[in-house]
Amino acid sequence: MPEIKTQEFSSASAAAISDPKLRRALDRVASGFEVARLARVADATPEVWDTWRQEARDIKAHTIEHLDYYLDLLYTNIIAAGGHLHFAKDADQANEIVAHIARTRNVKIATKSKSMVSEELGLNPVLEAMGVEVWETDLGEYIIQLAEETPSHLVAPALHKSKEDVAELFTEKLGIPYDEDIYHMAATAREVLRDKFMEADLGISGANFVVAETGTLVIITNEGNGRLCTSAPRIHIGITGMEKVIPSMQDLSIFLRILPQSATGQRITSYVSMTTGPRRSDDEDGPEEFHLILVDNGRSKMLADPTLREALYCIRCGACLNICPIYARIGGHAYGWVYPGPIGAVVSSMLVGLKQASELPQASSLCGACREVCPININIPRMLLNLRKKTAESPDPDVRSAPASERLFARAYARLMSSPGLLRMAARLGRILQKAEHLMPFFSPLTKDGKWIRSAPLPPLSKWNKARDLPTLPKQTFHELWEKGLSRDDS
Amino acid sequence: MTQKANITADLYVTCIIDQLYPEVGVSVVNVLRRLGVIIGFPKDQTCCGQPVYNTGFNKEARTLAKRALEQFKNSEYVVVPSGSCAATLRIFYLELFAEEPELLEQAKTLAAKTYEFSEFLVDVLKVEDASVCGATYQGAAVYHPSCHLMRELGVKTQPRKLLNSVPGLEEKELEGAKICCGFGGTFSVKFPHISEGMVGDKIANVQASGAETLVSCDMSCLMNMGGALNRQGSNIKIRHLAQILDAESK
Repeated sequence: MPEIKTQEFSSASAAAISDPKLRRALDRVASGFEVARLARVADATPEVWDTWRQEARDIKAHTIEHLDYYLDLLYTNIIAAGGHLHFAKDADQANEIVAHIARTRNVKIATKSKSMVSEELGLNPVLEAMGVEVWETDLGEYIIQLAEETPSHLVAPALHKSKEDVAELFTEKLGIPYDEDIYHMAATAREVLRDKFMEADLGISGANFVVAETGTLVIITNEGNGRLCTSAPRIHIGITGMEKVIPSMQDLSIFLRILPQSATGQRITSYVSMTTGPRRSDDEDGPEEFHLILVDNGRSKMLADPTLREALYCIRCGACLNICPIYARIGGHAYGWVYPGPIGAVVSSMLVGLKQASELPQASSLCGACREVCPININIPRMLLNLRKKTAESPDPDVRSAPASERLFARAYARLMSSPGLLRMAARLGRILQKAEHLMPFFSPLTKDGKWIRSAPLPPLSKWNKARDLPTLPKQTFHELWEKGLSRDDS
Repeated sequence: MTQKANITADLYVTCIIDQLYPEVGVSVVNVLRRLGVIIGFPKDQTCCGQPVYNTGFNKEARTLAKRALEQFKNSEYVVVPSGSCAATLRIFYLELFAEEPELLEQAKTLAAKTYEFSEFLVDVLKVEDASVCGATYQGAAVYHPSCHLMRELGVKTQPRKLLNSVPGLEEKELEGAKICCGFGGTFSVKFPHISEGMVGDKIANVQASGAETLVSCDMSCLMNMGGALNRQGSNIKIRHLAQILDAESK
């Protein structure tokens, strides 16, 4: 698996916020996607859109509830089509399956179409260490491969890069003159990659969906590179999470609409590529071998947890990233692992473990915008709350990572709020302290008019006070006003 | 609605209004009384438990939730002048007690009679026009739809309906109205750098709207936005919807 930096969320997000270039890129791309998505919802009408969401959710929920059955069915149909199906329990096992195929088939060059699961596995370094040349062929993935970076968005991996960044990168890595014309840069990449498609022995793809009743791997792309990866080399390996299986071709129809419309606002992607087994005797082209690797790598843990199972319904459209006011400020890399944004905070926490990712579920205002745009209506805020509950109350000390100060605060707060008498005394004490603040000769936390606290000395108020004032306590609480006459209804 | 309602409702004033903004609670009482509601106030009420629930401390949240279940068990209606506290009573309590059948029944009973303030006025009291509350206002205002009110409770049209019918009030367009103000309870102090950015964008839009008053149905969001506005020296006032409707008392 790639390096885990989820524990550095606080510092990484602070650094990202002060990067104006990143903010410009995020504003342009992510919010552009959201505008386009809204246009598609309007086309469909919000009422019809809601029925689509429900239909898609029902299919996902049904499949996940009966995953063992559909995996069996998928196995039968992939074998019947002449392909191979592998199950990998973790990243090492998945990588070893690919490495074994590459080794035994004498693979020298591999081309890849976009696959977040292969990012999750850290597959490229494993192949490269064996001496296999690996070429990312999705334009965004190609850019970040050249830059030796990781994706910062589920569908737009190089979203954090401006066209100037890419022009500089191409000059440095490809030795071509600086040219920031987007069409010219795309043509350059196309020229480099076209040869590789033809030379490659192995094509590696992800899968957006895997259809159990036919054993078919489905990828949707805009560049056509996926089709070349799955058909030109002599071996094709598809790699995806085990949750990507759906029952039938009939079921696929709704997802072919709802995924691109939610992701980029396109009515449908330029390409929908379906692969069923290797080339048949009467096929003009296609690979001699077809393998599908279904990866667990922590997904069984999600499946076993009824409060987090919904995360397996995700189709990786990225709509929750595009709407998230937090992602909009910090981008994808700050999350510290492969899957960013609201759904990433859930998935990464589960896949790398809450011990290391304890900050991710906290980094949300729980505003619920992610759930509102999710084409599967996944209740992301509720899952974040469930993860917070684990950090606070899990019997497993590794998972129960909430700091002692928070634990103490929660207990003290519940104690105070359980006792109206104590709360009344606390309010009085607060008012006395507030009145006495002018006796402090050198330092007053209050504004001159005494209406606001401006520079509280201790956290958490001091943290609040960095950019915000806090109202001071009023002369009377509502309880006191009620007792002093408000309770009488004179009207 | 012209006749007096003649119904009884208990006020869950919320701890933030009790401790920091009692005048909002007074306005809620004034408006409801003007509409003929007989108001009760279970006096041992404190916090609904949302701050501890939101940070994952469900044991502590359950302690506070049980108190609320007890205090409001005899209420006909429970009116809450906050979207997020109403969502806690109505939605999160059901999750807190999902595995305790007896308490879950009580939570369901409470949920069924709990209304957020604007929702109670429009959906229960059938207020069509804010002038029946005695509301008048001179000037321009913007409305911030708070997240829990809008997305957990689905209360979207009611506050706008009331606000738009206030004589003299000109409602301005708020750019990015549906985007969170960045409060999020403990989120605001755990990740102040992110929260500050969010509230900064929000108040920039409020200031650009040309409004003199920022109206919402949640004092926690208003405390966040008001605190940032004041820090920047802005004169824009923050007001709970109830305060706008209660203009007669001012």
